[in-house]
Amino acid sequence: MDITTKNTEAPPPAPQPTVAEQKRAARGATRPGDRIFLGLSRGSGILLLVIMAAIAGFLAYRASIAISKDDANFLTAFEWNTGLLPPKFGIAVLAFGTVVSSIIAMVIAVPIAVAIALFLTHYAPRRLRGPIAYVIDLLAAVPSIVYGLWGALILVPHMTGLFGWLDEYLGWTGIFSWQAGAPRSMLTVGILLAIMILPIITNVSREVFRQAPQMIEEAALALGATRWEVIRMAVLPFGRSGVISASMLGLGRALGETMAVATVLSPSFTIQTSLLDPGGGTFAQNIASKFSEASELGRDALIASGLVLFVITLLVNGAARMIIARRKEYSGANA
Amino acid sequence: MAKRIDVSGLTAYYGSHKAIEDISMTVEPRSVTAFIGPSGCGKSTFLRTLNRMHEVTAGGRVEGKVLLDDEDLYGQGIDPVSVRREVGMVFQRPNPFPTMSIFDNVAAGLRLNGNYKKSELGDIVEKSLKGANLWNEVKDRLNKPGSGLSGGQQQRLCIARAIAVEPNVLLMDEPCSALDPISTLAIEDLIGELKERFTIVIVTHNMQQAARVSDRTAFFNLSAVGQPGKLIEIDETERIFSNPSVQATEDYISGRFG
Repeated sequence: MDITTKNTEAPPPAPQPTVAEQKRAARGATRPGDRIFLGLSRGSGILLLVIMAAIAGFLAYRASIAISKDDANFLTAFEWNTGLLPPKFGIAVLAFGTVVSSIIAMVIAVPIAVAIALFLTHYAPRRLRGPIAYVIDLLAAVPSIVYGLWGALILVPHMTGLFGWLDEYLGWTGIFSWQAGAPRSMLTVGILLAIMILPIITNVSREVFRQAPQMIEEAALALGATRWEVIRMAVLPFGRSGVISASMLGLGRALGETMAVATVLSPSFTIQTSLLDPGGGTFAQNIASKFSEASELGRDALIASGLVLFVITLLVNGAARMIIARRKEYSGANA
Repeated sequence: MAKRIDVSGLTAYYGSHKAIEDISMTVEPRSVTAFIGPSGCGKSTFLRTLNRMHEVTAGGRVEGKVLLDDEDLYGQGIDPVSVRREVGMVFQRPNPFPTMSIFDNVAAGLRLNGNYKKSELGDIVEKSLKGANLWNEVKDRLNKPGSGLSGGQQQRLCIARAIAVEPNVLLMDEPCSALDPISTLAIEDLIGELKERFTIVIVTHNMQQAARVSDRTAFFNLSAVGQPGKLIEIDETERIFSNPSVQATEDYISGRFG
């Protein structure tokens, strides 16, 4: 009854869509397909964050247990004895080894990778570019244990000549002195890491250089620039931030590389002042070689060291972003 | 030091494709010559053969002769790099070096060519920017990036960069086609001033522009798509636009074609 009277009376004005509703309608978010997709993408985004937070929380919790039981200074101690009572362990050697081997790898790999990328984009005959790029892609796909085996069986024996030479001419610096012993040292590890990260840095740099705008290169050419001058004026400045990003990708791999380092390095909990003397260790190598036989506390200690590696990687990435952002005004993005 | 350009029997190829065929013309020093013609007729290609930029494209090569006064640009042992230092170029879209400041953009060519003292460099940069009618607009921000300027200012910056090295010839490939009418007017006025010092060749799609800025006009055409472009006629601009000797030219400029 109520209903009929309402219907016969002046009908209520049709609800005016609010501004927000109009916007939503314009976006089309009310269609079922859009709603499902919105839900899916938002849900997976949230899920990812939750998983990340859970992992971080778990690791931090386990690490805090280990660190609270540590009788030595976790950051500065030169030993890793989780079986002792009380346990003594510290990450100083691992941090040193990880950073040093990665620096060696970057110093060797970045200039070579940039040179290869420039060769492929600006010097190589067109019909060679594809095949060479393909071979480099293949190098990136080789599993790291294969690099490790190659390093241990072929690279290490061949390093003695280089080590002898370095010791003879640069031994006085202290960094390159060699007291004999197998060349399973930080320098060998660094060289192997350099070979491993070369393909990724090369490939990303090549993409960046290829996108250097043609019209800027022509501007340099029209001023009478030689090919190298074109690269210096128009290609390198444009590709600078891309090369930094590429290097960071490589550095990430070098910092976290496990099997290749574990296969080549002869580890010890000492810091060698010479890059040629065997010994030292890296975070990932230490975890890999100790994890399977570690006690509960030992595992927690290893997790704590992994967290430190994570923090180092974050710092490095943050630094790289700052470098890229600092000269944004002059970047090729304004072209 | 403006120089005369003397082209005889020039044919240019991209790989096996013949882009322009058998072009001969003379461009007098301290004059403006405009190239007009439909798209694809090879006028830009021809322009680029005049400073050997044509060779930058894969498979680019030429037959024939281009004399700059008495020097053959395609002679034995002539380095294309040194040709481009003598024959400057301004492009269709303004292309200042985005990673360089305004000052460094203008100084870029000078730094390639040799060692200048800092004060010398400053003087030449100022002179060039004044020559490009840009000095008053940028003198307070020479250290800011060139890419922060407006399109018209960027194009004048590119002209300043080109004239800083005192080329003998200045080539302009549709220098105003990406600019608004006011910036276009500024560039056209500038061309009028620059022809006191340089030999200028300009490609344009805008026939009023050709009529306004040039002393002589060359009309290019092609018989069909895929066929090489040819020079139809070159004459005093006034004559080309009032009483051309070839029917195709008249059809083109009166809009009955292309």
